[in-house]
Parts: sequence; structure tokens; C-alpha cells
Amino acid sequence: MKGNRLSWFGVNGALLAAAALAVAPLVWMVSVSLMAAGESSTYPPPLLPDAPSLDHYRALLERGGIARQFLNSLGLAVAVTIISTTLNTMAGYAFAKLHFRGRERLFSTMLAALVIPGQVAMLPLFLMLKGMGLVNTYAGAMVPGLAGIFGIFLVRQYARTIPNELIEAARMDGAGEFRTFFSIVLPVLKPVLVTLAVFSFLGSWNDFMWPLIVLNDGDLYTLPVALASLSREHVQDTELMMAGAVVTVLPVLLLFLALQRYYMQGLLMGSVKQ
Amino acid sequence: MNRQQLAAWAFIAPALAVIALFFVVPVVAALLLSLTDFDLYALADLRNLRFAGLDNYVHVLSMPLFWRAFGNTSYFVVIGVPLSIAVSLACAVLLQSKLARFKPFVRTALFAPVVTTLVAVALIWRYLFHVRYGWVNHLLSQVGILPIDWLGDPDWSMPTIILFAVWKNFGGNMIIFIAALQAIPEDLYEAARLDAAGPWAQFRHITLPSIAPTLLLVSILTIAGYFQLFAEPYVMTRGGPLQSTVSLLYLMYEEGFRWWNLGVASAVAFVLFIVIVVVTRVLLFATRAEGRS
Repeated sequence: MKGNRLSWFGVNGALLAAAALAVAPLVWMVSVSLMAAGESSTYPPPLLPDAPSLDHYRALLERGGIARQFLNSLGLAVAVTIISTTLNTMAGYAFAKLHFRGRERLFSTMLAALVIPGQVAMLPLFLMLKGMGLVNTYAGAMVPGLAGIFGIFLVRQYARTIPNELIEAARMDGAGEFRTFFSIVLPVLKPVLVTLAVFSFLGSWNDFMWPLIVLNDGDLYTLPVALASLSREHVQDTELMMAGAVVTVLPVLLLFLALQRYYMQGLLMGSVKQ
Repeated sequence: MNRQQLAAWAFIAPALAVIALFFVVPVVAALLLSLTDFDLYALADLRNLRFAGLDNYVHVLSMPLFWRAFGNTSYFVVIGVPLSIAVSLACAVLLQSKLARFKPFVRTALFAPVVTTLVAVALIWRYLFHVRYGWVNHLLSQVGILPIDWLGDPDWSMPTIILFAVWKNFGGNMIIFIAALQAIPEDLYEAARLDAAGPWAQFRHITLPSIAPTLLLVSILTIAGYFQLFAEPYVMTRGGPLQSTVSLLYLMYEEGFRWWNLGVASAVAFVLFIVIVVVTRVLLFATRAEGRS
């Protein structure tokens, strides 16, 4: 059994080391954010703050307007989540359960379009939104996330497992297509709705390139854009920047911890085509 | 059209309209844009816009910076993707081992970097890899390695970004690998053990062939994703030092939104798109050919 014990230590030691490496930068971020200004730029680098303080969080609130940017991120993410979950769910359900001409062809065309990187669309989209007066507005920042092929695909995969009898029974009772959808189908789709909502919330919160392009007024910045601009202006203020990073990362990390089952589920469904 | 057809279109129309208006139309427009000389002057007055044919593509392909960006991006993909996948697979196999303890806890810890905001964690890495005050150099100095200017030395900047990307992304593919590993029937391993096959032989002859389809899918998705490198160099190095971390998308961003050469930038975007399609297709065909032989 000696070899067995050795491999027990090997497996668990490696896993523990990997887990520590994965989490250490995040823990370190919190620690540095509580240090006095300049404390982290000493040698040897300190692990823990000498006298923990929330000064940098206060400074971010007063100078950087981080409360405003937090609300920008939150508001955009909530709005995008509600709209895209609604639109994707309706479309995904129709692709799975309602018959119409050209359904399969339309769906496979959409799947094929998944290979086109979103950035290809960004330049003309910017010009379009400029023409519509939506550059540097919340609406402009939301636009690319309002509906997505991947989300529709996820719902369709899940909705295909709903027994047809369930839907037929509702129709026999004289319910219209919309009533059937809201009272029969939606409750069954609840798990995939949560998955979809978590995905789009995280996607919107973490998005960087599009808000960077379309927003140019500090009052409208989302947290990642604000943080990037902060890091270009205050290169030396490590502690301040880490406080900003904590404010940006913590909400999504907590959301993930609370709903991780749904998130992982979505990841798996997305990786098994058909 | 019957009532169900009508209802179906009502369900699909809103999502389809959004995708058509904000994705399909811009993609087609991007193709057209790449055939014009759209620049700051055209932005001010559309009458300055000229059809340029393939001039932008010729220009892009003759830019030294484009080839630099192409080389940097390829470097990131060629080293980063296999490294990412190897780490994901190793962690998945370890987590699936019967010996592993505290599985849910370890899995969550390993996955945590995936959900974090890229810009924020890139800043953390910038300080961890700081030449004077960073923890990485401090720890290396304990074993006698002289300080390395990770993000300031053109030879080290891309490797540092690759390490960061692996740390940030490996958890996602790990979850997909875990699911694939769980689907392998246990009796295959039992039969192998009866034949006295060691862990490595089991991995090579049972695990790898069983997860081959997943491996291919994961590779394609990861390659496509890694070609879209942008925020890491934007936050960590601004493309430097000496342009060693300028990626294709970084080039597109600079050309498009800094210099307002939207025609040239669109051409860069399309070249990137073509590169992604070609590379993933070649991989697909190569594996199919391999499978047949």
C-alpha cells in the first residue's frame, strides 16, 4: 500500500498547489488593496498590510467616481441580461418546438455564423451607432449583447427535451401559443434561463473592447474601462488600482459562487453540439 | 401561413432583428468598408469616400507592423493553446482520480479565474510580475535567479502574457474535460488494470482516445478564442515593448479607433477572420484524415 499512499499525496498535493496558484493572485489583490499607499512597492514585497485600511476604497469613491461606474456596470448588465434572456429564450423555444418553413436551414446558417469573430462587426457598428446618435450612450453600449446566437442555441438544446405531449395538451385545452409558452414552457425552462442569465450578466460585466470603443465619457464608463483608464493615469498607485480591481471582480465572483451549478451546466451544454 | 407558423415568427423575430441589424449588417458592411479608403476625412464628410478595391489588403500585407502582429498573435496561439489545454486536461484528470479529496472545493478554486474580469486580473499580474517589487521575481531570487523584466523585455513580454492567459482560461476547458472523462466506462480501466497497465498507459490508450472528439472541439474553440487576443496587451503592455505584444486585434483597434483608418482596420479584421477559418478548417481536416488512416 506504500505506493498508493505516495500517489495519494502526489494527486492531492498537485491539486492543492494548482488551486493555490489559481486563487493566490486574487487573495493578494485584496491584501494589497488594504495596504497604505506605496507599501506594496517596497522590497521584499509584503504579503499582508501592516495596518489594514479602507483608504483606497474611500479615495476611489471620492476622486474616481467609482460608485457611478459601478452603477453603470450594474445597470447595463441587468438590462442586457433581462432583454437578451427574454429574446433568446423565445427564439430558442421556437427553433426547438414550433414548426415553420425554413427552420432548420435558418438555424444551421446561424450556427455557421458563430465562427465570425464579433470584432469584425465593431467598426461598421460604431459608424452605424454614430449615425443613430447612440455613440457614448448606455443604449450604444448595450447593443451587441441584446441577443445572441449562442444563447438561442443553448435554449434550443434544452427545449428539445420538453415532451411534445405537454405542449399538445395545452393546445388541446385551447391555450394560444403565447399562453402555452408563458404558463407551460417557461416554468420547465427555468434552469436554462438561470444559466443564460448568469452567462449574459458575466459577459456584459466583464466586456471590455466594445464599451472601450463606444463610451468616451468618464461618467458613462463601465468598471473595466474605468479601471483601464485609471491604470494608464496612475501607474504608480498599486494599492488604489487593486482596490478598483476588487470592486470590479468581487461582484461577479460572488454571483458565480452562488450560481455555479447553473454556470457549469451552461458551459457543458455549449460544448456538446447536437 | 397557419397560426403556429405565425406564432413561431413572432417568437423569433425580435432576436433575429437584433442579430440582423447589429451583427449581420455590420459584418457585410465591414467587408464593403475594407474595400474603401474610409478615414478621418470620410468620417467628417462622406463625399471624401473612395472605392479602393483591394488596396487596403495590399497595404496591410505590406505593413511590417501587420506581420509583426501576425507573428506575435501566432506565437500566442501556438504556445498558448497547447499549454492551456495541457493544464486543463492535467487538472481534469487529477480531479477525476479516485484519490482526489475535497473535489467541489478544488474545482471551484481552479475555475474562479475564468469568471473574473480580465482587465482587473491583468492589473494584478502586472504587479505580480513587476521587475522590482513583484512576487514572482522575489520568489525566483530565493533560488538564486536574477530579476527578469517580465513585461519590459521584448523576449519575455509575450511568454508572460501567455502564462497569464493560461491562468485565466484553463478552468473553462477543464470543466468540459471533466464531463468527457466522466463519460468513459469504468470497465475499460478495470480491464486495463487486469493487464497490468500503469497510469500512463491507461491515459494513453484509454483516456486520450475516448476524449479525442472533445479534445478536437476544445482545440478549435480555444484557437479561435486565442486569435482574438486584445485586452491583455492593451492593459499589460500597450503592445510594447518594441511592439512585441501587438496582436492583430490590437492593430485593428489602433488603426481603426486611434488613427481612424477604418478601411485599413476592416481589412485587418477580415484577414484575422480568414486566418481563424483556415487554421480551424485545416485542423479539422487533418484530424479527419488521421482518423481514416
